[in-house]
Amino acid sequence: MNGRWIAFETIVIKEIRRFLRIWSQTLLPPAITISLYFVIFGNLIGPRIGEMHGFNYIEFIVPGLIMMSVITNAYANVVSSFFSMKFQHSIEELVVAPVPNHVILSGYIAGGVARGLCVGLIVTLLSLFFTNLHVHNLGVIVSIVILTAILFSLGGFINAMYATKFDDISIVPTFVLTPLTYLGGVFYSIDLLPEFWQNLSLINPILYMVNAFRFGLLGVSDIPLGVAYGMIIGFVVVLYVYALLLLKRGVGIRS
Amino acid sequence: MTQAALAIRGLTKTYGNGVNALQGIDLEVSCGDFFALLGPNGAGKSTTLGIVSSLINKTDGQVSVMGYDLDTQREQAKRNLGVVPQEFNFSVFEKVGDILVTQAGYYGIPARTAAQSAEKYLKALGLWDKRAEQARHLSGGMKRRLMIARALVHEPQLLILDEPTAGVDIELRRGMWQFFTDINREGKTIILTTHYLEEAEALCRNIAIIDKGRILENTSKKSLLAKLQQETYVLEFEGGNERLARLPDPRWTLRENDTVEVVIRKGEGLNAVFQTLEHLGVRVNSIRPKSNRLEELFIHLVGKDAKRDAQGATI
Ligand SMILES: Nc1ncnc2c1ncn2[C@@H]1O[C@H](COP(=O)(O)OP(=O)(O)OP(=O)(O)O)[C@@H](O)[C@H]1O
Ligand SMILES: [Mg+2]
Repeated sequence: MNGRWIAFETIVIKEIRRFLRIWSQTLLPPAITISLYFVIFGNLIGPRIGEMHGFNYIEFIVPGLIMMSVITNAYANVVSSFFSMKFQHSIEELVVAPVPNHVILSGYIAGGVARGLCVGLIVTLLSLFFTNLHVHNLGVIVSIVILTAILFSLGGFINAMYATKFDDISIVPTFVLTPLTYLGGVFYSIDLLPEFWQNLSLINPILYMVNAFRFGLLGVSDIPLGVAYGMIIGFVVVLYVYALLLLKRGVGIRS
Repeated sequence: MTQAALAIRGLTKTYGNGVNALQGIDLEVSCGDFFALLGPNGAGKSTTLGIVSSLINKTDGQVSVMGYDLDTQREQAKRNLGVVPQEFNFSVFEKVGDILVTQAGYYGIPARTAAQSAEKYLKALGLWDKRAEQARHLSGGMKRRLMIARALVHEPQLLILDEPTAGVDIELRRGMWQFFTDINREGKTIILTTHYLEEAEALCRNIAIIDKGRILENTSKKSLLAKLQQETYVLEFEGGNERLARLPDPRWTLRENDTVEVVIRKGEGLNAVFQTLEHLGVRVNSIRPKSNRLEELFIHLVGKDAKRDAQGATI
């Protein structure tokens, strides 16, 4: 077998082993949080809100909540795993070995995608207790989920490379990721917003992902699907190249 | 001439904070050698070895490992190199066995071979019983040995040991010496830094001394020791304190607890010392060298400089 493939596999297995080992910090919290959303917004408040795009409120928010957990968990996995490798210096195990940068990067992304998908699946299964799941277009569902997980794994990776202390790995999730997700059409259709806020929402990339995913499940979307794909793939390419550059320069890794 | 396991030319390093850690180093270590890189704290040993291991970016100069240039053939160079760094650098939550197998995986070694190699080196270093423990449950000495096992798991030709026996008890240290000697005999080239000079004296064939980013000496242990111009002995005696204290010879220094230190020049022999003592009516109970010979030489070479240096030189 090819040496690079083995190195890639090694990183992915290590990453998966890590988040399974600490499942009470990685898998359990999103399951609990999202279940609470289902109960409160879906069952308790949802019926009073009425329909959105012709669906029950809970049916409408389930895709957004699944997406939200994929985004946060893909990001969190890579940022905390890679930063703690830096913090413990065990990143040196990788640096001394003949692993090309693109293999390192792909390995960590795959780890983030694995966690994102794992949590996404847990949340999806939980949602079945509260509502029926529609599948409008499986291809869109799978491709959007994976692309989104890749994108936010990349984000987490870049964050971790720049981070020098633990605070640095929670700043972006708290001040950027969470607001963008909440304002990204998880809980509402932007049709409901005044025109100014609608237009402003359109510069939020998460809006595109949530809507594309919702299209895959329900067949409704606030934005055209092609634009969503173009946007996500564009971001993935830019961040991938940028992360490779950081690795090549050894930012935060080599003095 | 044998191929060089490590060749360094004109290596310089200026850290981001402006520290000139290396000021142009040339070094060559032949294949099969057991080589010591000695120097006081902050001399630039770890910086040199860090650059060789790709952990630190060089500022200028050339480095090649087993003939592979780090600039153009870094992957092959890395494949031939095993590194035991000065600081612990493994994930403390990983299991000992997993750490080795993962490291082998990074080198592209298939799982089955990796597991065999991990077993071989964990057994050789007395860690096999600990394979299922998280690394944080190991003692300091075990952690060092874990790093040694990890550095060998891909069977490198050149092994770099940056203070591998720091904090290891004397019995274990001897065990590790035996282990290093054995793998050196089997053909692995070893480069070692240490502050225990008896370690370098016991193990190494060639020695370089580095201070303030420059190589002061680079020669065989034998010819280095031949340079030793004097040795200091410590004698424990009974009676005759006052008479000894009045001895005009500056080579004699009276210490507390009835001991006296005397400096003997090369080729002088000890007879004259005993004659003097007999003459003074002093009874000698024991005699020993003050430090080992390499230590004496080291202090001589580096210490001169260090006196001018406010920080001083600690070995
Ligand atoms: N990451 C760094 N950033 C800035 N300066 C550094 C860094 N690492 C080392 N130095 C400086 O470079 C010089 C050489 O350090 P180095 O670690 O190579 O010494 P050493 O010979 O290994 O010492 P020791 O025996 O204490 O391990 C020192 O002055 C040190 O302060
Ligand atoms: Mg050092």
